[in-house]
Amino acid sequence: MENLLLQALSGLASASSLFLVASGLTVIFGVSRVVNFAHGSLYMLGAYLAFTLVTQLPRGHLGFWGGVVGAAIIVGLIGVVVEVLLLRRIYRAPELFQLLATFGVVLIVQDLALMTWGAQDLLGPRAPGLRGSTEILGLRFPLYELFLIGVGPVVLGLLWLLFHRTRWGTLVRAATQDREMVGALGVNQRMLFTSVFFLGSLLAGLGGALQLPRESVNLHMDLSIITEAFVVVVVGGLGSLSGAALAALLIGELHAFGILVLPKITLVLVFLVMALVLVVRPHGLLGKPEAAARGGQGSAAPLIGPAPPALRRLGLAALAVAVLLPPFLGDYALSVLTEMAILVLFAASLHLIMGPGGMASFGHAAYFGLGAYGAALAGQWLGAPMLAGLALAPLAAGIFGLVFGFFCVRLSGVYAAMLTLAFAQIAWSVAFQWVELTGGDNGILGVWPDRWAAPKLVYYYLALVLCLGATLLLRRVIHAPFGYALRAQRDSTLRAEAIGIDAFRIRWLGFGLAAAAAGIAGGLFAYAKGSVFPTYMDIPRSVDALLMVLLGGVHTLSGPIVGALALTGLQEQLVRITDYWRLVLGSIIVLLVLFFPQGLAGAARARWEARHGDA
Amino acid sequence: MATLEVAGLEKSFGGVRAVQGVSFAVHPGEMLALIGPNGAGKSTCFNMLNGQLRPDAGTVRLLGREITGLAPRQVWRLGVGRTFQITATFGSMTVLENVQMALLSHHRRLGGLWRPVARLDAAPARALLGRLGMADQAERPCGILAYGDLKRVELAIALANEPKLLLMDEPTAGMAPQERVALMALTAEIARESGIAVLFTEHDMDVVFSHADRILVLDRGRLIAEGAPAAVRADPNVREVYLGSGAVTGAH
Amino acid sequence: MTGRAIGRRQILAGAGVAALAAPNLARAQATPIRIGEINSYTAQPAFLQPYRNAWILAQEQVNAAGGINGRPIETIFRDDAGKPEDAVRLAGELVNAERVSLLAGGFLSNIGLALADFANQNRRLFVASEPLTDALVWSRGNRYTFRLRASTYMQSAMLVEEAAKLPAKRWATVAPNYEYGQSAVRWFKELLTRAKPGVEFVAEQFPALGRIDAGATVQALAAANPEAIFNVTFGADLTNFVRQGSTRGLFERRRVVSLLTGEPEYLDPLGDEAPEGWIVTGYPWEQIDTPSHTPFREAYRKRWNDYPRLGSVVGYDTVMAIAALLKKTPSTETEAMVDAMAGLQFNSVFGPIEFRAIDHQSTMGAFVGRTVLKNGKGAMADWRYADGKDYLPSDDVVRTLRPQA
Ligand SMILES: Nc1ncnc2c1ncn2[C@@H]1O[C@H](COP(=O)(O)OP(=O)(O)OP(=O)(O)O)[C@@H](O)[C@H]1O
Ligand SMILES: [Mg+2]
Repeated sequence: MENLLLQALSGLASASSLFLVASGLTVIFGVSRVVNFAHGSLYMLGAYLAFTLVTQLPRGHLGFWGGVVGAAIIVGLIGVVVEVLLLRRIYRAPELFQLLATFGVVLIVQDLALMTWGAQDLLGPRAPGLRGSTEILGLRFPLYELFLIGVGPVVLGLLWLLFHRTRWGTLVRAATQDREMVGALGVNQRMLFTSVFFLGSLLAGLGGALQLPRESVNLHMDLSIITEAFVVVVVGGLGSLSGAALAALLIGELHAFGILVLPKITLVLVFLVMALVLVVRPHGLLGKPEAAARGGQGSAAPLIGPAPPALRRLGLAALAVAVLLPPFLGDYALSVLTEMAILVLFAASLHLIMGPGGMASFGHAAYFGLGAYGAALAGQWLGAPMLAGLALAPLAAGIFGLVFGFFCVRLSGVYAAMLTLAFAQIAWSVAFQWVELTGGDNGILGVWPDRWAAPKLVYYYLALVLCLGATLLLRRVIHAPFGYALRAQRDSTLRAEAIGIDAFRIRWLGFGLAAAAAGIAGGLFAYAKGSVFPTYMDIPRSVDALLMVLLGGVHTLSGPIVGALALTGLQEQLVRITDYWRLVLGSIIVLLVLFFPQGLAGAARARWEARHGDA
Repeated sequence: MATLEVAGLEKSFGGVRAVQGVSFAVHPGEMLALIGPNGAGKSTCFNMLNGQLRPDAGTVRLLGREITGLAPRQVWRLGVGRTFQITATFGSMTVLENVQMALLSHHRRLGGLWRPVARLDAAPARALLGRLGMADQAERPCGILAYGDLKRVELAIALANEPKLLLMDEPTAGMAPQERVALMALTAEIARESGIAVLFTEHDMDVVFSHADRILVLDRGRLIAEGAPAAVRADPNVREVYLGSGAVTGAH
Repeated sequence: MTGRAIGRRQILAGAGVAALAAPNLARAQATPIRIGEINSYTAQPAFLQPYRNAWILAQEQVNAAGGINGRPIETIFRDDAGKPEDAVRLAGELVNAERVSLLAGGFLSNIGLALADFANQNRRLFVASEPLTDALVWSRGNRYTFRLRASTYMQSAMLVEEAAKLPAKRWATVAPNYEYGQSAVRWFKELLTRAKPGVEFVAEQFPALGRIDAGATVQALAAANPEAIFNVTFGADLTNFVRQGSTRGLFERRRVVSLLTGEPEYLDPLGDEAPEGWIVTGYPWEQIDTPSHTPFREAYRKRWNDYPRLGSVVGYDTVMAIAALLKKTPSTETEAMVDAMAGLQFNSVFGPIEFRAIDHQSTMGAFVGRTVLKNGKGAMADWRYADGKDYLPSDDVVRTLRPQA
């Protein structure tokens, strides 16, 4: 009994820490609709800065608490800098585009933190006056954890007062409910956004700083917190503070008690919770459906016409190079080209969902990975030859795409995206934990191509034919009635339903089709690498796909192709040139985002249209 | 037989009783106007007729068949075309493509994965646009169209499934006065020609009194008058509702 | 903060592909022998910076001594960012584009396995330095793969020897939830049960790697009231576990047996909160004064103005093993190198070791001892060197564990 109580208290302490980070994220999202990937980086910076300040300032209460608060404020200011220099310029870009920018910031911060604080974990001092423990029912419980348990509700209370008792807070709430209205009220929107970023970043920094007496400060803090923070925000309901608090509580406690029963549940628990909550409540626990977009203004998406002759020539030239050059290349260049071809298809498959489909997916790697595992498992357990494996890949991915998609496409926006992430993480954890079947994190080895396809050149052509074929097929689909129906439901579900289009069904089938295409890419990838690992369907790979699509441009058909080539090309080169490739890549992404807010292909298109009159 | 029969329709939003006990019928080829001040419940009525909203009570019959509670896309398949008060078109498509989508859906060809839309149902779509005087706009993106033209596109879309009933929520809003009259004249002509029953709302009394065969007046969710234009114009209740606005009398 | 200075300098060194070795190149006229080294530098910098520092040191020493029959060695470092699929691609690059003679490296087990499979498929020698997984040399071992470091099995076996001496009967385990943690726990349970029938495992915790919820984990372990705990967590997880555990009194009146915790990589970040009295495997660098270790330590200090970590030993000895190999074979032809590698003996920082012909595992050992606090820092006491060759199963057992080879 005492043990259970202490377990509950431990859960509360974690919940409280989680809430601090999530509250900042939800406030920022609520007002600006920015999916701020860099929130975890701000959290990490909070911890590092607190370490520096607390160890530099004189010991004692003033030094410690001063350091913590100082770190939070500095992080708040860093958030302001990011908002003013970067995000403010791209609020009008297509949905989720800001995610690309914040991801660039993540990369930059990772390397800057490494340069500034070094690689070794740093153990900060404990909080003065809260070093020890106290007895609760005869068991010892750390004072600092008790303190943390108190901090969550206090911060929640302060935020509540701020939002309900000040004019600024009222504006923030109004903006959260209806962005356009605040613009119409003549409020200085810029100041509002900037101040919200300050507050949100400050909360992230505070969350990080308060971990100092609890955890070592390390370079992995950013990514280890960000997904969980997002889960809390989404489970609670986007933009809802009390929702975030409730979700943090739920997750903290489920975690604390879950490990008593199933110690290995930690890997996937939060995602199971999220999947369940979203299936039952599509807007999270306390979220409200977004104010319906005002009709009549039409969608910002451009027309889709036949490729202009110039683009056609360019495509043909690229194709000629892709076909004619490789015989003169070495094995390594061939394997890079093979990988590029595969990733082009992977990006194109996500693009079908994001562009014409108007949905977002944070878990597209699931289908890539399921394709890879489908092929590898068929080879390992059934002795299937490569071609059979490659045929099975889209089948496996497509079936799971339909199953997962059935739930995901009912939701909208970030909720849908996060549900795809939840399913992807569940699939990932199965691959990771079902060691007997999948080999766990050690993966499946020996997935090499059949003898005839073993030469790198042959395999390259095989991959080129399949990937290019599938990519062109997707393109064809976009020009066909089905693709138009996808766009129709994206442009106006109201109108689509009013002319007999079953929007759910179209989205669902589109999702399945995209999953199957990603499966082909995954299957080819498995044989190209000779092995399959859970990393094929982990979050970084899903993020890669997102980055490729966004970098290329969501609203152009060539976008995913350009984006995939640009991102893999850049990464491949940078990793070989410099140890600080993350810093360089992050900076390049940030610059591209600033100069080409429609993506690379989008920018090229805009330029072309400007020169040739409107399309 | 009446094309549409409505009986005892009710709808509340929280405390607001938007529509209360509304009953009426529309006949083939008839132009029936539903008028009433802002917030009277006209759009709510429309939304219940085409399945966008589920009525709290009452029934909707189309050609004798009960359609209450069906989804909009099912109602559409049974032959109900609709335009919206705030236009809803596909902004990333051309005018022609918008109409093609309606035609393709009507012909159940939306599952196609291979043949490009450009080659499908283009001729009938052009013909429809030609009929509405939109032929020269066919290739323009809907996203940049003037509001009045969007209304016309909506009408073209609504006509694409050879409807038996046309629901038009403020079809001429945003148009110049002469345009309005012309569009409604055209609509009436098409309706009579094809035996389409038309139910429309309109704030412009010129349009209403010159084109409606019959008029329903809605106020705070209730039908307060129904009949031929002249009778409605003379109705004291209606005058009461529109008092001060001068809308009813001022039209002439 | 020495770590910071090292960080910067090390990066410079790495960026220039062992550019710091350049002066030595001038002396050797012949074309260099190229080694391709792949590791998770950006994903695991804390462990791999000291590793690479020592690697560069070793390479400089080898080249200063005239290289291999007059040919200098040269290393091309690649960062796999913690992804096995990238490691495989880079392996292809190193072999095909950079024309390296052999591959080395690997820190994470899955990357080690991916590289081993690549080596097998492409018939290239792969000298795995760090990855601990037993599969690398046993269940998935292959002709072309050799491993330097004492494996999960070996280190678990070393600790079981000590654990069996304890009176404790009720054990709890805590390990990160991935292959390394799982197999360490599996071996520990199996070997301890064999060594001491009657022990009982009353609780196990498997926090996600790098994301331990330390408070709840500690509480869950305490609730089972074990007499002793076997810990496999490391890095940030270990730090958090120790902090929560000490404050909550989890370690009082309980023995803790802990894998790798005596390595400076993991012990040093704990500072004055390092736990006392844990039985650990590790590397008491400041206390080992042997003819093979002392010069290494001093050279490392001189070169990098820092003390060596265990990773440094691994990096250094990987180079020395490769150098010994290259001196033994007349050519850098793969099959010849592989043949020479089997049974290769050389003098490591820890003394003479051998790459066993039977399973390609080296006999490098580890230090087993007790943690103490000394001058406000964790250190090892009462340690002894456990020679790896004494902690490997019998040849018959190894043959069943490595059926394919
Ligand atoms: N979705 C809704 N939720 C809550 N109240 C609604 C909703 N839709 C309509 N109402 C309310 O129902 C009443 C009727 O609205 P409706 O839009 O049907 O009026 P209308 O006659 O079409 O007005 P207008 O001439 O301005 O278009 C109004 O009071 C409106 O505020
Ligand atoms: Mg209305």
